[in-house]
Amino acid sequence: MLRLDGITKVFGGLTALEDISFSINEGLITGIIGPNGAGKTTLFNIVTGLYAQTTGEVYLGEKNISFLNTERLARLGVVRTFQNVELFGQMTVLENVMVGLHTQSSSGIFSCAFKLPGHLKEEKIIREKSMEWLKFTGMVDIADMKAGNLPFGKGRLLEISRALAARPRMILMDEPAAGLNSRETDELAMLIRKIRKEGITITLVEHDMDLVMDICDSIVVLNLGKKLAEGTPRQIQENPAVISAYLGEG
Amino acid sequence: MFLKKQNIMTEKRQQILVFFIFATAVLMVPLFLKGSYLLNVLVFVGINTMLAVALNLLLGYAGQISLGHAAFFGIGAYISGIITTRFPIDPFLIIILAAFCAGVLAFVIGFPILKLKGHYLAMATLGFGVILYIIFNETVDFTGGPSGLSSIPSLHIGSLVFDNDWNNYYLVWVFTLAVMLLSINLFQSRIGRALRAIHDSEVAARVMGVNARVLKVQIFTVSAVISAVAGSLYAHIMTFIAPASFGFNFSVELLTMVVIGGLGSIYGSFLGAAILTMLPEFLRVFQDFDIIVYGLMLMLITMFMPGGLVGGMQKMAEITVAKIRKMKGKNAQA
Repeated sequence: MLRLDGITKVFGGLTALEDISFSINEGLITGIIGPNGAGKTTLFNIVTGLYAQTTGEVYLGEKNISFLNTERLARLGVVRTFQNVELFGQMTVLENVMVGLHTQSSSGIFSCAFKLPGHLKEEKIIREKSMEWLKFTGMVDIADMKAGNLPFGKGRLLEISRALAARPRMILMDEPAAGLNSRETDELAMLIRKIRKEGITITLVEHDMDLVMDICDSIVVLNLGKKLAEGTPRQIQENPAVISAYLGEG
Repeated sequence: MFLKKQNIMTEKRQQILVFFIFATAVLMVPLFLKGSYLLNVLVFVGINTMLAVALNLLLGYAGQISLGHAAFFGIGAYISGIITTRFPIDPFLIIILAAFCAGVLAFVIGFPILKLKGHYLAMATLGFGVILYIIFNETVDFTGGPSGLSSIPSLHIGSLVFDNDWNNYYLVWVFTLAVMLLSINLFQSRIGRALRAIHDSEVAARVMGVNARVLKVQIFTVSAVISAVAGSLYAHIMTFIAPASFGFNFSVELLTMVVIGGLGSIYGSFLGAAILTMLPEFLRVFQDFDIIVYGLMLMLITMFMPGGLVGGMQKMAEITVAKIRKMKGKNAQA
């Protein structure tokens, strides 16, 4: 579904990514792993249009999305979450999810200010759909809480709910398990599987190896900006190059 | 689920009720103040409220600062003033023209300026304000320069002439209440949420498909248009304008109104405008030190009441309610 073709990113004199090519298959959970500084987050930033790659192309299906900006990509169904949880802290949990439905509504500034009937109708649909997504992630009972007051784990969950509300074809999660305790991580794994059942393709960058090996259908390993290996969890676990990258030469 | 829905309904009804009470109170006030000097002051409270609400849309909703909003106020005032003193055209038509010009200017400068963030945006808008101030001052042939532009005609609808406090009060407050109501509506809507999302995390808003660049320019334009309308009304009510009213000091004063009242709170903007308009009337000693007093107020409010007066009052109300509940709980235990 998503295909990267020869992605290279140079920051000044530093080559963060060098000639990365791989495909992400529709409906699967793909994990991107690698030691710190391997370029995983940079890769996410390029795919989601936050950075421009130096060379190389990104395709979504047959469409070349190499130089589309973030908001255009969101409309095409490519949505992400952030390592440090980027919530709209001053807004309620429900309102956060409602922003996720921005692209599925079209009322302009005047329609909103004058409360025209079209806008009111749309507003009702947005609210109902948002509540459904909160139900999906089990957050209905805290819908009216201010997002900034949520504990970290719930914030993660909210970010995922919001991403789901954007009706993505593909979600990219940047370290979704970072900062979660083991119970929360288990719940996350269940939620990710549940999301896959909805037909949404998932790509995640993650350090928690147990989680990655447990839920991923396929894994890409990066090291020092280069692709080291690609395959099923079992293949990756047995790959000598991967083992030496993680455990050091020897 | 059913309960939740009811909550939303009552919240909406509450909002309508609050606005209805506020509007009724505002429209009743002149009945008690006929012929009083205070009525004259309240006319300017109305104009400043409109300006503060306009800036609040930009600063409180979208989180984008402007230190040059007095310039848009000035554009409205000068376009209305210059044209109506020279040509016998219906001044109301010129208000529309002035609003349109301010809107176009805001739209054109908005695209490059609003790419900037934080201090850089503050500097750019500050520069814009200073440039306009210099233009007001130096184009003596049009604006009358530092000595100002006088004998601007009053507005009129048929034989109803807006040349006394009573009429002016209603003229201004009809506009102000309309702007307030529309802004309140906007807050809890698709666009309002998108703007607030940009305020909290622009990158996350963009990931959700919010076109932050365009939306920021849009709200900047709307804000400029409202400010220009306030400027036109100001020119016709004062019948005399001078550049000093549209300089950097006034931009800071507007900012202070918004911050004191509370970012994002429309009633807060009214409160801030009321306080900053009335205070100098009662405390003449401040006259030459106003900018120092505003600076001090800004500092104290941001340090001790980051939600502004309205936010602070809400917090206090919450604490009081919690305390009463606690006491009731204790009583019940005993």
